[in-house]
Amino acid sequence: MNNTFLQLLMSDFVLYALVAGLSLALIAGPLGSFIVWRRMSYFGDTLAHSSLLGVALGIVGDINPQLSIIISCLVFAAILTVLDRKPSISTDTLLGILAHSTLALGIVLLALTDSVRINLEAYLFGSLLTINQLDLVWILAVVALASTVLYFYWNKLLSVTVHAELAKIEGVNVERLNLMLVMLIALTIAVSMKVVGVLLITSLLIIPPAAARRLAQTPEQMAFKASLIGAASIVLGLFAAFYLDTPAGPSIVVVATAIFLGLNFSRL
Amino acid sequence: MLVRKHFLSTPLMEFMQSPDSPAKVLLAVSGISKNFAGRKVLDNITLRVDEGKIVTLIGPNGAGKTTLVRIALRLVAADSGSVQHRSGLRIGYMPQKMHVEPTLPITVVRFLQLAENFSATQLDATLSQLNILQLKNHQLSAISGGEMQRVLLARALLRQPELLILDEPAQGVDLAGQAELYQLISKISKRDNCGVLMISHDLHLVMSATDEVVCLNHHVCCHGKPEQVSNDPAYLDLFGPNTARALAVYTHDHNHEHDLTGNIKTAHHE
Repeated sequence: MNNTFLQLLMSDFVLYALVAGLSLALIAGPLGSFIVWRRMSYFGDTLAHSSLLGVALGIVGDINPQLSIIISCLVFAAILTVLDRKPSISTDTLLGILAHSTLALGIVLLALTDSVRINLEAYLFGSLLTINQLDLVWILAVVALASTVLYFYWNKLLSVTVHAELAKIEGVNVERLNLMLVMLIALTIAVSMKVVGVLLITSLLIIPPAAARRLAQTPEQMAFKASLIGAASIVLGLFAAFYLDTPAGPSIVVVATAIFLGLNFSRL
Repeated sequence: MLVRKHFLSTPLMEFMQSPDSPAKVLLAVSGISKNFAGRKVLDNITLRVDEGKIVTLIGPNGAGKTTLVRIALRLVAADSGSVQHRSGLRIGYMPQKMHVEPTLPITVVRFLQLAENFSATQLDATLSQLNILQLKNHQLSAISGGEMQRVLLARALLRQPELLILDEPAQGVDLAGQAELYQLISKISKRDNCGVLMISHDLHLVMSATDEVVCLNHHVCCHGKPEQVSNDPAYLDLFGPNTARALAVYTHDHNHEHDLTGNIKTAHHE
């Protein structure tokens, strides 16, 4: 049985899945920590849902699907940032409306474009094991970009997150950094779609940092341990998917949740 | 003599040039007005902070003190009027409240390091001066309100500011600590020739350590040296005869009264 798994591991599709999943887990640690600290999880969810609209628009306009997802994610991130600056209704309500209307519109549009056969389930819940070389290149490029930006702006981003006004008075360009972070989140969500799917993307970003919270004394520890927990969830989730013949994306999320519960209620 | 209304209408240039040379002026706000949802919060406020001078803003809740400070910091835009900082001005700011996000683990020292650009020696010296050296490795979420005030002051001081802007610095600090804190602010101001603009409710403690008091209630009710202001009818009117008596200042005739929204009612006499 081990032999079979080893053989499987050597095969391209499992290797691609592992590399894609692990590199995303690496960046999801620090990026997800920012989402948790800034209470942006609903924002992430809205972006993820709206990316399905990006898929549909890509098919209608006959654009590369990965490119259309990325563009739509960035555009929606920009729209949400602008709308958030002039709050006419509460952010919560606004996100609630946009998250579900874009998801619904995406599904309706996909249903109308019957010229192409679309596997809706793959977009909603991910299809990690169908990741190809091109997908992997996209993921690695975004992870490299996000890591570089986070590395060079870490202290400033943290300062803005802890107290935006103090940061501003200390000379930090708060608006620019906020926009940068939002764009990184949008890019990451856009390329993660194939790994865990529209409905589960934010869980990959939120659950590992939440699980790491109690193990951390500093922001850096929390981000790092979140990456480790994310990586463990990817490996164990794939392993479970292989042996139990369950879908990979949801299996990864279930494992991450189990780790979160284990770490938070271990004293009970 | 105490200057009043006519002072406010002085044009900015004349105002900035008059008693001292302009180079000593760190911050000058002039003719500031601000409305929130149609309610006038600030009405034609003019204020100046010079090197080494402590200016204290006093006034009841909702008088617009914090709004004025935030406008002076350029965090909020005023509806009209101008805010001028001396070019390259380094400001140390201590906000009124600090929300500590419970999901964000951070030690006191890491919080201070967010400000960047200071040495380990400076850090320890500042923390000892504020009696919080022992809190260095505590979680920010685990310290008391009074301790948090000192940590925030430390972050402002570590910038080696030319101007300190403090929004109720002694809030939540125990009684002995309050006097100490104001003394320290006064000492630092003199030592580093640092200007201070602060909001305070601790009138009895602030009065002795301040160069100028500005009594604010949407407009500048009165301003001047502490002893002038504490004798001013507008001051007594604003804080009520009981407070005034408790602070051992003598009563005077009022020249104007406030209604509940802080508007001036018809004046008795001028």
